[in-house]
Amino acid sequence: MAEILIPGTPAPEFTLHVTPDQSLSLSELRGKPVILAFYPADWSPVCGDQMALYNEILPEFQKYGAELLGISVDGVWCHEAFAKDRHLHFPLLADFEPKGAVAQRYGVYRKSDGVCERALLVIDKNGTIRWSYVSPIAVNPGADGILQALDDLPK
Amino acid sequence: MSTLKVAIYPADHTQGDEHAGCTLVEYGDYECPHCGHAYSIVKLIQKHFGKRLRFVFRNFPLNESHPHAESAAESAEFAGAHGKFWEMHDLLFENQDRLSGDLYLELAQELQLAPADLQRALEQRKYRSRVRADFTGGVRSGVNGTPTFFINGQRHDGPFEYEDLEGAIEEALA
Repeated sequence: MAEILIPGTPAPEFTLHVTPDQSLSLSELRGKPVILAFYPADWSPVCGDQMALYNEILPEFQKYGAELLGISVDGVWCHEAFAKDRHLHFPLLADFEPKGAVAQRYGVYRKSDGVCERALLVIDKNGTIRWSYVSPIAVNPGADGILQALDDLPK
Repeated sequence: MSTLKVAIYPADHTQGDEHAGCTLVEYGDYECPHCGHAYSIVKLIQKHFGKRLRFVFRNFPLNESHPHAESAAESAEFAGAHGKFWEMHDLLFENQDRLSGDLYLELAQELQLAPADLQRALEQRKYRSRVRADFTGGVRSGVNGTPTFFINGQRHDGPFEYEDLEGAIEEALA
């Protein structure tokens, strides 16, 4: 199985759809810390699922000037409906075509299930990965690791 | 493994012996149905372990999904400031399906707290910072949804039915 990219690795560039008619490239966010949250699927049936939780925590991430991007293999329309339903205030990127290509480059694609791992990466303002973590797929990792990694970024 | 970053402190709402062998901390949301489910389980767990268990409740309102979670949490804190936290906590969970400003005032009345004072506290957001402090401490500790339990400082991952919590607490006490 592929391994998640380790700290010190330059974050691979990508461009993904964020809405049906808009794309976002990682390089557009250079100059700010970026949190990538890969997750298996929209519409997880529990309260306070991972994306909903991060939505609540957004102000904490913003204290570091960090941008949060959620990424799954769901398509743009699915993301749009999900984000609307959960009132998400951060972008969800569709790693949809070719399916899981970005996740594969980051070493966080579960081929057997055809979905992203539940994986977190913190990228510094220069585009270098500073922290990465793969959670057991059924365990929502929370945000303590992300905040610690943001704390540890060179000032 | 995520661990509790904010140790139990005097302003916490606790039940049970402070020297108990096990401390169960719940980060919860009054409007979350899973917390409503956990509410009755925790009662049974407390009954089962008696003096061996201390229970602590901290606020973790998921405001984007639960529009009444914050006001319910602030109402409980208001009651807490008047020595009736647990009474309000229980009533809120028992009336979880009808959380509203009117209900809070009704419950205050029932607990012989001044409804007008509660109304003012809610309007002035008097207990907002307290609720927020619980929330941020929870985030730092790896709270990953509601309810999240910590057993002797370790996050309890996985299901929280009676047998799950009982087993995990027994293990912590062993």
